[in-house]
Amino acid sequence: MTATATEPGKIRAKARPGDTTFFGLAIGAGSLILVALAAVAVFLLAEALPAFTADTTGMNSSPANFWAYVGPLAFGTVWSSFLALLFAVPLSLGIALFISHYAPRRIAQGLGYVIDLLAAVPSVIFGLWGIKVLAPAIVPLFGWLNEHLGWLPFFAGQVDSTGHTILTVAIVLAVMIIPIITSLCREIFLQTPKLHEEAALALGATRWEMIKMAVLPFGRPGIVSATMLGLGRALGETMVVAMLLSPAVVINFVLTSGQNPSTIAGNIALQFPEAHGDAVNILIATGLILFVITLVVNSFARWIVARRAAFSGAN
Amino acid sequence: MAVATASKRTAVPNRLTHGRLPKWAPWVILAGSWIVMGTIVAIVGAADGAADFNIGLAVFLGQILFLVAVWVIAYLVEGGRQAKDRFVTGLVGTAFVIALIPLISLAYTVIVNGAARFDLTFFTWTMRNVIGEGGGALHALVGTLQITLLATLISVPVGLLTAVYLVEYGRGWFARSITFLVDVMTGIPSIVAGLFAFALFALITGEAGFRSGFGGAVALSLLMIPVVVRSSEEMLRIVPNELREASYALGVPKYRTILRIVIPTSIAGIATGVTIAIARIIGETAPLLIIAGTSKSMNWNPFDGRMMTLPVFAYDSYTTYGVADKVAQQDRAWAAALLLILIVMVLNLLARLIAKFFAPKTGR
Amino acid sequence: MKLTKLGTVGAIVAVGALALAGCAANEGGTPAPTGDSSEAPAVTLSGTIAGSGASSQGSAQTAWITAFQTANPGVTIEYDAAGSGAGREAFIGGGVAYAGTDSALNDDEIAGGFAGCVDDSFIQVPAFIDPIAVVFNIEGVTELNLDAATLAHIFKGDITDWSDPAIAALNDGWSVSGPITAVHRSDDSGTTKNFADYLFQVAPDVWDAKPADPFPYTTGTGAAKTSGVIDAVTNGTNTIGYASASAAGDLATAKIKVGDEFVGFTPEAAAAVVAESPAADNASETNLAIKIDRKTTDPTHYPLVLVSYIVACGEYADAEVAPVVKAYVSYITSEEGQAVAAETGAAPLSAEQIAAVQAVVDTIVAE
Repeated sequence: MTATATEPGKIRAKARPGDTTFFGLAIGAGSLILVALAAVAVFLLAEALPAFTADTTGMNSSPANFWAYVGPLAFGTVWSSFLALLFAVPLSLGIALFISHYAPRRIAQGLGYVIDLLAAVPSVIFGLWGIKVLAPAIVPLFGWLNEHLGWLPFFAGQVDSTGHTILTVAIVLAVMIIPIITSLCREIFLQTPKLHEEAALALGATRWEMIKMAVLPFGRPGIVSATMLGLGRALGETMVVAMLLSPAVVINFVLTSGQNPSTIAGNIALQFPEAHGDAVNILIATGLILFVITLVVNSFARWIVARRAAFSGAN
Repeated sequence: MAVATASKRTAVPNRLTHGRLPKWAPWVILAGSWIVMGTIVAIVGAADGAADFNIGLAVFLGQILFLVAVWVIAYLVEGGRQAKDRFVTGLVGTAFVIALIPLISLAYTVIVNGAARFDLTFFTWTMRNVIGEGGGALHALVGTLQITLLATLISVPVGLLTAVYLVEYGRGWFARSITFLVDVMTGIPSIVAGLFAFALFALITGEAGFRSGFGGAVALSLLMIPVVVRSSEEMLRIVPNELREASYALGVPKYRTILRIVIPTSIAGIATGVTIAIARIIGETAPLLIIAGTSKSMNWNPFDGRMMTLPVFAYDSYTTYGVADKVAQQDRAWAAALLLILIVMVLNLLARLIAKFFAPKTGR
Repeated sequence: MKLTKLGTVGAIVAVGALALAGCAANEGGTPAPTGDSSEAPAVTLSGTIAGSGASSQGSAQTAWITAFQTANPGVTIEYDAAGSGAGREAFIGGGVAYAGTDSALNDDEIAGGFAGCVDDSFIQVPAFIDPIAVVFNIEGVTELNLDAATLAHIFKGDITDWSDPAIAALNDGWSVSGPITAVHRSDDSGTTKNFADYLFQVAPDVWDAKPADPFPYTTGTGAAKTSGVIDAVTNGTNTIGYASASAAGDLATAKIKVGDEFVGFTPEAAAAVVAESPAADNASETNLAIKIDRKTTDPTHYPLVLVSYIVACGEYADAEVAPVVKAYVSYITSEEGQAVAAETGAAPLSAEQIAAVQAVVDTIVAE
């Protein structure tokens, strides 16, 4: 990362045409993203602006104003993604470690491939699978949770007999983001400097101690990054939520009932086809809110990564 | 390989100071735990009058017993540190097995349901003038391949170059704002990307209802680029600086260092990232419904006219049916799902081959 | 060497692409209208038109398009079952040649004009009658009688158990108990609007929400699309839901109280109520919108029904499009077209309505 540009007075590196071209291409690509996003932002803002003052009583649940409409949806978006991460992150770390440091090397690649296959499954299929297989299979568990842990607010109230609850959705979301988090974590764990690992082992550390001392600290920013990528997917996931969740515009923490807070993306998919007039603007405005939520989450992640000392390469 | 040998080496001093469990011990404990819990569940279930044996519960409880047992036994024989190590090994293995459950269930469901219509007709017919039985998804297959290819052609160069810029050149406010914007882009809901592309092409062509596969590719690129950037960036950053410095020291220009040293070193990770990005978009339904539309007929031209894609085909078949053709429609939907998964499998394999061919040997 | 390997990979991809590049077996190249030997129509139609709109019409449109394209090989018709709102929006903006919609155009939309039509001229005709079935899944129960008030109570969440006396009062020898899971559409839908309209008109004391596309209460279980409701009802226990009758399949359906009798859905009963319903308030010579008579007490009627319309231009600027739309909509609303739709589960329009609709469709012209 030593820049070729030098301070005045020192020897200047020769400007090569190849370098200039390549730099131009790279910065051009970056600028293209800038332009594309500006265009999307202009489009979103222009479409969303009328919504903030629009009459929302025609929307599902006829809320009093825009904020009363988007509030439960924003809550549902964050809540379902949080639940999904709760399942996905520990599992993904386990799987990534298993592939990178535990499984016999001969089969490790194959195992990684198997997990990547999960990433290949389109969300529509996950939706179909959730409806056909997971939801019916999980209802007895809901009944059990409700019966024995009903005193917890999460499992209180009447159990939904179709299984189309936020817990089911969160499990499917977790399955969807596990391969994303896993494959990035795996690559990062594999990049752990060999010397660090061997030094730890040479000092008599067990395999777990070596991982704790060498692999995880090295991979931490990468883990956060991978998690955020998974979170981004979970926050914006549309079809699974639309197909599998039994939504109601409410805020609650119950995991097993039929009245679940819906998510912004899922709600757009459900309401958009029949929307006309103001409703279109309102829905796009909720999309803008999703934007902001993702932005906050990502900035938070960036902040964590930055706090963990600038890291680049193996130094 | 190195890890395995190294851990064997640590075993040597331990054997002198502590007892050491034989290699087969964890497996025996695992089997034992499952049998014990299986018996308990069977007995309790029979006592409660449950009709059938709850295998899920038995495995779940058996696994917990295994983790506890392996820790206790290892603690007694080998000591606390080894016990912790074995406990974590068990935990990590469990995590992997748990991830396999939905995969197997999903694969089973899709294959069983999809096999019914996974025949030659499915690959040689479109849905034009087809009602009830028969018909195929050739038009959707062609559409998916074209749109995905176009989206990849747009996204990978842009995404990779942006990542290179961020890692190798990026300084100051411009790099920071691009990082920021890429983060924002990961938050674009897919349906909004579709709406944007729809509005954009309506503006460009002046046709209010303009539909095209290329529009779909543009919408999908919006979703794909941030994934490519984020994963490539991560992989490029992880390339050791010593390699770059060694290259500079030999007088290699910066762009050649990047092209010849940095990218090849991280190509495996980049290829994985791109594959994930493709997998992310190839199954997108919502934006394509809006901008590429639906069609029953073949369309080879991605720049004009409605274009069917496999996920839309699956969704459309699954949700639209009448009295007579419910079974036929659902069979087609599952067959399309199966095909879609197979396509991504092949792409995945391809990415791995590329990575294998181009990655330098790292000794792993 | 590396390049050779890349070349190999590229070659594999290329071969794979070529293998796929065969033409569709059922699409014989360009269907050039070379004057078919058998009963060639007087005017050979050709061209591509696109429609968009109600998903309720989805399978019927597929059947119509198939039959129409088979008869007119030069024509390609596309129908996006994107939703009524999307269809109306697309038509108003001039994006599609015709639209299918579950809710008739409202006054604002008509006043706003239609970008794709000359002089904002339009026609709106009923084309598709879809009875809405109340489906349920209770083990061992195949018959269930309900009146509008009880139905409203169930979907509103006031009645939560099948053992409720209100249900027992309507069904002789009723001994079912268990919590009710009432499944409604989670997406905006014309089916919900018509279902709610029925409850709102017949049992206004209970169902106090104005009928609209979204389900108005935060009770029960939501499921996406007709297929989602059917899946949820099928896979759940003690469930009840409402869906297009054509999708009900093997599920048991409830009878609803009309007058003093309990009536199950039949295409005839659904067609009968539409045939005798008055015109809507904003109906005109070219707008045949109907106001369904939900409060009918005639036991040969089944008032829980959805009427879906076709909206098209009265005058098209494009001389190629106008005859195709005219011929197609004319076919849809003909006796033959209605019979085709009936095979997908719809109810046919009555003879008088067909005559009235055909008269309107005949006014479609090109500029």
